[in-house]
Amino acid sequence: MFDLDFSVIPANSSLLWEGMKMTFLLTGLAIVGGIVLGTFLALLRIAKVPVLAQIAAAYVNFFRSLPLILVIFWLFFLVPLILGRPVGAFSSVLVAFIMFEAAYYSEIIRAGINSVRPGQLAAARAIGLTYGQSMRYIVLPQAFRAMTPILLTQAIILFQDTSLVYVVGLRDFLVSAEIVANRDQKLVEMFLFVAVVYFTFCFVASMGVRFLQKRLAT
Amino acid sequence: MIEMKSVNKWYGKTFQVLKDCSLSVAKGEVIVVCGPSGSGKSTLIKTVNGLEPINSGEITVAGTSITAKSTNLDRMRSKIGMVFQNFELFPHMNVTENIKLGQIKVLGRRPAEAETKALALLDRVGLAEQASKYPSQLSGGQQQRVAIARGLAMEPMAMLFDEPTSALDPEMINEVLDVMVGLAKDGMTMMVVTHEMGFARKVADRVVFMDHGEIVEDATSTDFFGSPRSERAQEFLSKILNH
Repeated sequence: MFDLDFSVIPANSSLLWEGMKMTFLLTGLAIVGGIVLGTFLALLRIAKVPVLAQIAAAYVNFFRSLPLILVIFWLFFLVPLILGRPVGAFSSVLVAFIMFEAAYYSEIIRAGINSVRPGQLAAARAIGLTYGQSMRYIVLPQAFRAMTPILLTQAIILFQDTSLVYVVGLRDFLVSAEIVANRDQKLVEMFLFVAVVYFTFCFVASMGVRFLQKRLAT
Repeated sequence: MIEMKSVNKWYGKTFQVLKDCSLSVAKGEVIVVCGPSGSGKSTLIKTVNGLEPINSGEITVAGTSITAKSTNLDRMRSKIGMVFQNFELFPHMNVTENIKLGQIKVLGRRPAEAETKALALLDRVGLAEQASKYPSQLSGGQQQRVAIARGLAMEPMAMLFDEPTSALDPEMINEVLDVMVGLAKDGMTMMVVTHEMGFARKVADRVVFMDHGEIVEDATSTDFFGSPRSERAQEFLSKILNH
């Protein structure tokens, strides 16, 4: 039973690599999209326009109260119904991730913005920068610098969460490995391999977070 | 240059920080605003460039209303320099970049031109050597001098100083005051919130004394230090000068 044969991995390397690329692509795009939308939501929440702040708060609370997998299902099954045409697994999943992650990113970014001394905004406005310029050149760069470790932590969680795309049949790394595992009857080898890969990436990234935290603390 | 008429400001509904404050600063004049902490002097100076909005009254700078909705406040602010108690240099930019940012983004100067201007101003405040350092590598006094250079880079028609030496170690106060004295001698219009009575005596044309949000006394510095009319100003001076 424990007669393991890992030759199945190199034999299927191109299929597995395709899956890995999908996982990376999803993670990367979801991080970028999530941070962009999250920054926008965070700026709305701190804006002195109560209606906008409330809309943004409602959005954040709504998505934080739902399981991710449900959001993935919704966008996959409901959006085609609303639009009247199929949208494709990749785009629906990507939109789901961005919308879901943005809720978390916006909270991180809001905390980051609040950690910048109010005097910085006052000084920026005092030299004549507009509110938007002050945010862009003065407040956000400082906020993101302070937030880098926690943003990276969130990215690690996202990297792991992308494996949920198996529910809509998208071939990410995990799904590719599962296909190989079932077809070649190498369940133990493949799932061990998948675990090692996920662990390695996340562990290295976590070390990176700790390194950044130490560097920023000094 | 700066005209304030019956300025009132409330925090919330109950606490009035500024009570019917009227004040005028002529071109080239140096005004020192002093008073006990919590008297509203910092709030008053921040209303001049609209960083603190007011509830009623009128403020004009060089004939342009700060309070009118039609005023481009960002544009006005760029013409009024401000120096803060805690320096508020931008920590993610080096000294030169701090001084260049407003010139490039607000005045539309070319980077090379802004750089020349920045270096000249650093030289003027005695910090030419520190051009490529970051704010955290400088002493408090040096940071405040950079902040003054940052304000001057916009070629302002007036400069506001909000307790510019209160956060400094005693041995660094003079290097900042020296720069300010130089500015005053060059004819800059200045409004300075400070407890530095030596500075007030030496360079201020007028001293404004505030207490509980009111302007209690507005006198020439000779009169103010010679014979303050109000009891509250006398009491304040005796506390602050008695050592």
